[in-house]
Amino acid sequence: MIFRPAAAFAAFALLAPLASAHEYTLGDLTIDHPMSFATAATARTGAGYVVITNTGETDDRLLAARADFPRVEVHEIVEVDDVMSMQHLESGLVIPAGETVTLQPGGSHVMLMGLSAPFEVGDEIPITLVFEQAGEIEVMFNVEARAGAEEMDHSEMDHGEMDHSDMNHDNSETEVSQ
Amino acid sequence: MIKLASSFAAFTLAAAPALAQDQFADCRASTVGAAQIGGPFELVDDTGATVTDADVITGPTLVYFGYTFCPDVCPLDAARNALAVDFLAEAGHDGVTPVFITIDPARDTVEIMRDFADVMHEDMIGLTGTDEQVKAAATAYRAFYRAHRSGDEFYLVDHSSFTYLMLPEIGFVEFFRSGASADEVAEATACYLDAL
Repeated sequence: MIFRPAAAFAAFALLAPLASAHEYTLGDLTIDHPMSFATAATARTGAGYVVITNTGETDDRLLAARADFPRVEVHEIVEVDDVMSMQHLESGLVIPAGETVTLQPGGSHVMLMGLSAPFEVGDEIPITLVFEQAGEIEVMFNVEARAGAEEMDHSEMDHGEMDHSDMNHDNSETEVSQ
Repeated sequence: MIKLASSFAAFTLAAAPALAQDQFADCRASTVGAAQIGGPFELVDDTGATVTDADVITGPTLVYFGYTFCPDVCPLDAARNALAVDFLAEAGHDGVTPVFITIDPARDTVEIMRDFADVMHEDMIGLTGTDEQVKAAATAYRAFYRAHRSGDEFYLVDHSSFTYLMLPEIGFVEFFRSGASADEVAEATACYLDAL
């Protein structure tokens, strides 16, 4: 189930994106800014991202995630020679003692499969995160707009001036295979 | 992201000597055999019409191969390309078209490709086709993909994540990796367009 707050709240949330950052505590773990991106109308998958900090002295492990979708898995992106492969982390994702692990685009994510409705900006998706040591907690993943996608207003984005004179490809990777 | 060394040689880009008179010499990040990437394709656009490369690549085009069931890298790259097109427009290079070609035609119908492309960018063209059409297009671009058929609807597909900068008449001139930023793609693309 997706919670869809009243439109007025959603509109306010759009105007104050920083307000969408939110935090939970579970034992030694701090779970910060769970979020997902808005999807196309016919999308069948979504990805959940979150920042997890282990303030304790014992390693923990994100074993699994549960949510109201036909399949939910913790995934890691593995890149082999520019081929992207999503791997189900069947033994979980280690959250080392004293460290912060960020589930972020291009890295790892909670993959939500079999969506019956698209994610819209302002939606809140409840997902239960299951940890080996700290136990489990249900957190709300806030749906946000994706930079670059159509919902986004580019006018205030700071992407710097495009200065072609300063182009320097010398640092670019050029390991093109023979 | 974890990077591993391996030998997916089948899709790697073959190097070739630079042409003596290379108008894009100052732009190239690497010397790639332009003649070996791209070429004719026949696919189905987001209206259901069969289109060829000549119908699609009518101006500078950023071509990406991916699939919409992919929740992470593909929308990340597609949105990056969309943002790069917007940056280019702001810098005076209108009319660069982002194209997303599915390598998962079994699930990516015309409607799904249309929805995905529309969400990413108003000018994005989403292309699907038969297995044979997609295979031929991916082969032409040296794009690699391999589905993990799990017997259910939730299978995943490994795929290369290059974006190819194509120019009409000229063909392939540059590629971008998944890790490149929208700024990097826009700046490099602008260099080629300025050199035309």
